[in-house]
Amino acid sequence: MTERPLSPHWQVYKFKYTLTTSFLNRITGVVLSLGLIVLAYWLMAVASGGRAYTQALAVLSMLIFKLLYAALLVSFCYHLVAGIRHLIWDTGRYMERAQSKRSAAIVSVVSVLLMAVCLYFAFFAGAHAP
Amino acid sequence: MSLRSPLGRVLGLGSAKEGVHHWWVQRLTSVALVPLAVWFLVSLLSLPALDHTTVIVWMAQSGTSLLLILFVLIATWHSQLGLRVVVEDYVHGGAKTVVLVLVTFAHALIAVAGVFAILKVAFGGSP
Repeated sequence: MTERPLSPHWQVYKFKYTLTTSFLNRITGVVLSLGLIVLAYWLMAVASGGRAYTQALAVLSMLIFKLLYAALLVSFCYHLVAGIRHLIWDTGRYMERAQSKRSAAIVSVVSVLLMAVCLYFAFFAGAHAP
Repeated sequence: MSLRSPLGRVLGLGSAKEGVHHWWVQRLTSVALVPLAVWFLVSLLSLPALDHTTVIVWMAQSGTSLLLILFVLIATWHSQLGLRVVVEDYVHGGAKTVVLVLVTFAHALIAVAGVFAILKVAFGGSP
């Protein structure tokens, strides 16, 4: 069962908007999965009492985690908007070439705006990414 | 060893009736996650601080506990379904099975740890 003929790989396709949006949805999904590990760690820390929580918060406040929170927010905004686009596609609507090109543009603009809002509230509006 | 061809063995059996199960649950969880994830993010960002007392008071409210448990369970489920496809697409051979098992175990662990922690706080187990 080895070395059977393969269908064309993604590498052979031109890097276009449809491929880009689909691929980004995947990457952001994987990033968000990593976020679940941090979420579970944080929840366990909360449940472990005040002292353990303070120690965990020191870990979660390290620069690398702050970068991760920024990546998570950016990923979440994109995955949310692109995911809604997929759900609309699943109803069989807006699948024509021109329409999907247009929705790709809408997804980009809306998700970038959403990212700006989220990052502002998380890091600047008197806030507290730990 | 059977002399029947692989094709002959499956002809006439019909489908396994679970062809769209993965696809459907992925959609179901994504629909649920739209409000749940937005709620989680907005609630977390609206907390006045992230010290232990503030978080405990927030998390121990029945509504918060309920929605948090839903969020953790559905998010891990959705994540498991998504990562499974990614692994199936990019990992091949024996490593694929190993990675899939690890991914599934990791998600089960995250889900159970999350729900356990939320319930512990909800029932006042972490003053």
